[in-house]
Amino acid sequence: MTQQFDNLTELHQALVNKDLSATELTQQTLTNIHDHEDALNAYVTVNDDEALAQAKQADESGIDADNVFSGVPVAYKDNLTTKGLLTTAASKILYNFKPVYDADVVTRLRAAGAVTIGKTNLDEFAMGGSTETSYFGTVHNPWDTTKVPGGSSGGSAATVAAGDVLAALGSDTGGSIRQPAAFNGIVGLKPTYGRVSRWGLIAFASSLDQIGPMTQNVTDAAAMMNVIAGRDERDATSSSKEVPDYVAGLSGDIKGLKIGVPKEFLGDGIDEGVRDQIKTAIKKLEALGATVDEVSLPHSTHGIQAYYILGPSEASSNLQRFDGIRYGYRTPNAKNLEELYVKTRSEGFGDEVKRRIMLGTFALSAGSFDAFFMKAAKIRTLIIEDFKKVFADYDVIVGPTAPTPAFGIGAETKDPMTMYMNDMLTVPANLAGLPAVSVPAGLVDGLPVGLQVIGRPFDESRVLNTAFAFEQNTTFHELKPSMSKGGRA
Amino acid sequence: MNFQTTIGLEVHVELKTNSKIFSPSPVEFGDNPNANTNVIDWGYPGVLPTPNKGVVEYGMRAALALHAKINQHTHFDRKNYFYPDNPKAYQISQSDVPLAQNGWIEIDVDGKKKKIGIEEMHIEEDAGKNTHNPNGYSYVDLNRQGTPLIEIVSKPDIASPDEAYAYLETLRQRIQFTGVSDVKMEEGSMRVDVNISIRPYGTDKFGTKTELKNLNSFNYVKKGLQFEEQRQQRVLLSGGQIQQETRRYDEASNETILMRVKEGADDYRYFPEPDIPNVEIADDWIKQIEATMPEMPERRRQRYVDDLGLTDYDAMVLTQTKEMSDFFEAAVAQGADAKLTSNYLQGDVNAYLNDNHLDLQDTKLTPDHLAGMIKLQMDGTISSKMAKKVFKAIMDGEEPNDYVKAHNLVQLSDPAQLQPIIDGVLDANAQSIEDFKNGKDRAVGFLVGQIMKQTHGQANPKIVNKLLMTSLNAR
Repeated sequence: MTQQFDNLTELHQALVNKDLSATELTQQTLTNIHDHEDALNAYVTVNDDEALAQAKQADESGIDADNVFSGVPVAYKDNLTTKGLLTTAASKILYNFKPVYDADVVTRLRAAGAVTIGKTNLDEFAMGGSTETSYFGTVHNPWDTTKVPGGSSGGSAATVAAGDVLAALGSDTGGSIRQPAAFNGIVGLKPTYGRVSRWGLIAFASSLDQIGPMTQNVTDAAAMMNVIAGRDERDATSSSKEVPDYVAGLSGDIKGLKIGVPKEFLGDGIDEGVRDQIKTAIKKLEALGATVDEVSLPHSTHGIQAYYILGPSEASSNLQRFDGIRYGYRTPNAKNLEELYVKTRSEGFGDEVKRRIMLGTFALSAGSFDAFFMKAAKIRTLIIEDFKKVFADYDVIVGPTAPTPAFGIGAETKDPMTMYMNDMLTVPANLAGLPAVSVPAGLVDGLPVGLQVIGRPFDESRVLNTAFAFEQNTTFHELKPSMSKGGRA
Repeated sequence: MNFQTTIGLEVHVELKTNSKIFSPSPVEFGDNPNANTNVIDWGYPGVLPTPNKGVVEYGMRAALALHAKINQHTHFDRKNYFYPDNPKAYQISQSDVPLAQNGWIEIDVDGKKKKIGIEEMHIEEDAGKNTHNPNGYSYVDLNRQGTPLIEIVSKPDIASPDEAYAYLETLRQRIQFTGVSDVKMEEGSMRVDVNISIRPYGTDKFGTKTELKNLNSFNYVKKGLQFEEQRQQRVLLSGGQIQQETRRYDEASNETILMRVKEGADDYRYFPEPDIPNVEIADDWIKQIEATMPEMPERRRQRYVDDLGLTDYDAMVLTQTKEMSDFFEAAVAQGADAKLTSNYLQGDVNAYLNDNHLDLQDTKLTPDHLAGMIKLQMDGTISSKMAKKVFKAIMDGEEPNDYVKAHNLVQLSDPAQLQPIIDGVLDANAQSIEDFKNGKDRAVGFLVGQIMKQTHGQANPKIVNKLLMTSLNAR
């Protein structure tokens, strides 16, 4: 099979027309995944047998003409629970964990007919920006396998960019959807905090985590949002706000759109090539009828510091449940309860996770709570206020997604601070709970760069439409890594 | 040297909501281990707490019963610690902004009334239960995990073991009246942590406090505190110092025994629970709860004295539990005499409950039946002697009117029926009439006995006496 489908609509049409069956599609997808796995290591688990069974069932019950996910393979980041299917969060401590329930997003996509093709690799517990901290090995960037795919949703980004699947889910705590989307030349949306249920997302930092789509184009991201967004009674922080039709919201018209470009987003620490590419992108938006002004988010420069206190603090608490008692890895070497806890966790967690547990435990402890946790919480409030002020006058904020294109594997693992600085442009949207998308904005030295669009709370439609207008008037999304050419179904 | 004592009580009360505080599992006891649990209670990866609004409402009820101020902007916090019965390794509780603060309750020790302050009252989840089997394994039962609790912390106003006892009695009574909990220490729905310190009279600085554990009844709380108060005095008077320590009360020896010395405070690394939005309590919500608050015991006591003519003592005893008080009111509403009903409840009924180790609601007795019996007695249908039999019957669930009819216990009170019998007895006992005329009162007793014999004990003694005296004087 050599026919390629560039988007869900075309693929869906082919399935409806019976140009190919869901089984053929799934079979081809599995073949492609396995062909790429040696080079990419994008998956923790490929769901071969079960995916084919699901596809067969889709063929038997007939492709739903009104549903673009009917019979379509979807990949899930391996920190989303899938009933009966290994879910590891890329950690040794969950190396054998098979959940008894599906995450809400998985339930919704299954109900829409999606085929669960596999579970994608990630930084352990989503802690990292390069997918190098996975217990199951590093993921490679399909554009250049000596480069990282970004992270933590590196597996989802790589498999979408490699053309294995059109749609995958990621999670984004400080940029973990957007930055790998940028590094892989795909679209990644972090929705407003509360727009998508976190039920079944193995928590990293509960007040920051959101699940979102990673796709080859904006329309498919919107289609995925139509399925996964909405209130879930099991997530008290999920919103009851009505979910608009995100696909219908893509007019491509941004005439009169007021765009703010924070000067802090194009200042120090931003790669020259990236800055040029983004400046060009902003000119394009202006040419499409938007007005562009420089604005300021003065406290956003402290976002990283606040994030690396609040995130680890919550993580240190969220990850305490991995104690070897009820599920997952248990040390064989314990003589008493205390040892069971200490050894299970010492042997089960990797270095980056341990580093963050220690950071968070310290920040929350009696002597440092005010100086660290409380201070970080105050910075967070100031950043929220900064955004509110800008959004009083502007519809969206744009800038680069990441300060650099993908860096080399191993280049930053020795220096956590450099690694953490990669998140400087993505973290503010998490701290403020805002929707933000990364859309392909061209190449620098052969590697993709992402344009980030941040919006008001629950204004995903406008964020996506801005990205859509840009996408439709550029050809960047048509650039593909060479490995995706050919066998992609 | 004289000392003054300061006692602090932390009371945990289980709320009897249908489902748990953060999961839809039922709140039920006595089922198989882990039967009433789901993935939330297990602390599985990816689960989230689903807050039960009913718990906040129940908490507000309890807060109002303790005259506490409800914080209208409150939130949950995480309290972090590792233990196998604590599956998330944190307890969702409240730290800096509890549901309610600054309450008080009034206690009465030997007629002396005193207000005891409530520092705060917060809501939180209970942990599971570990059991250690002799086979070397420990077992974890998570049925209790997630049961809603309120924790009520007293101000340092309690100055003696007797006051502590009275505080617990009053607290239990008030919570029980709100209906939010069974508040039974023997079933674990009320648990008490105690601390006590002493200091020389007139000094400002509190002494070092010790904590007491294993206090499984109000009585043990009192006894444990009495022992500890004496022990601390002995230590100080002999020149020693009190250590900050936890001591276990031993029921058999009536002593407190050192468990562990505290070294610094535990660090639970509290921080705001990010999985649950802040709890916003609007004025309307509080008003709605206030409007549906049941009558509190002191109001009832006043009403029993003012409207029903009971003594203060009777009113106090009847309002010890809401069940007893509700039962009393239901019987009186059926037309039973208040004093008689009160006497029965405090006397025969209470004795029955004690003998059979039952609570009122666990018996077959209904307010209807008790009222029915009392009314039969009031209108003379049955004698107090017959009432003893009827009482036994109604405790077995019998309807009093039916029982009296079936056993022909109806008292003979009709003069038209009694007069011929009296006349017959007098005719047959001329000697007794003679004796009566000669001032021998014993003769009356003999004649009444004869009349009762002829009526098989069913004659109404009051009426018989009256008719007999008239007849005797007429002869």
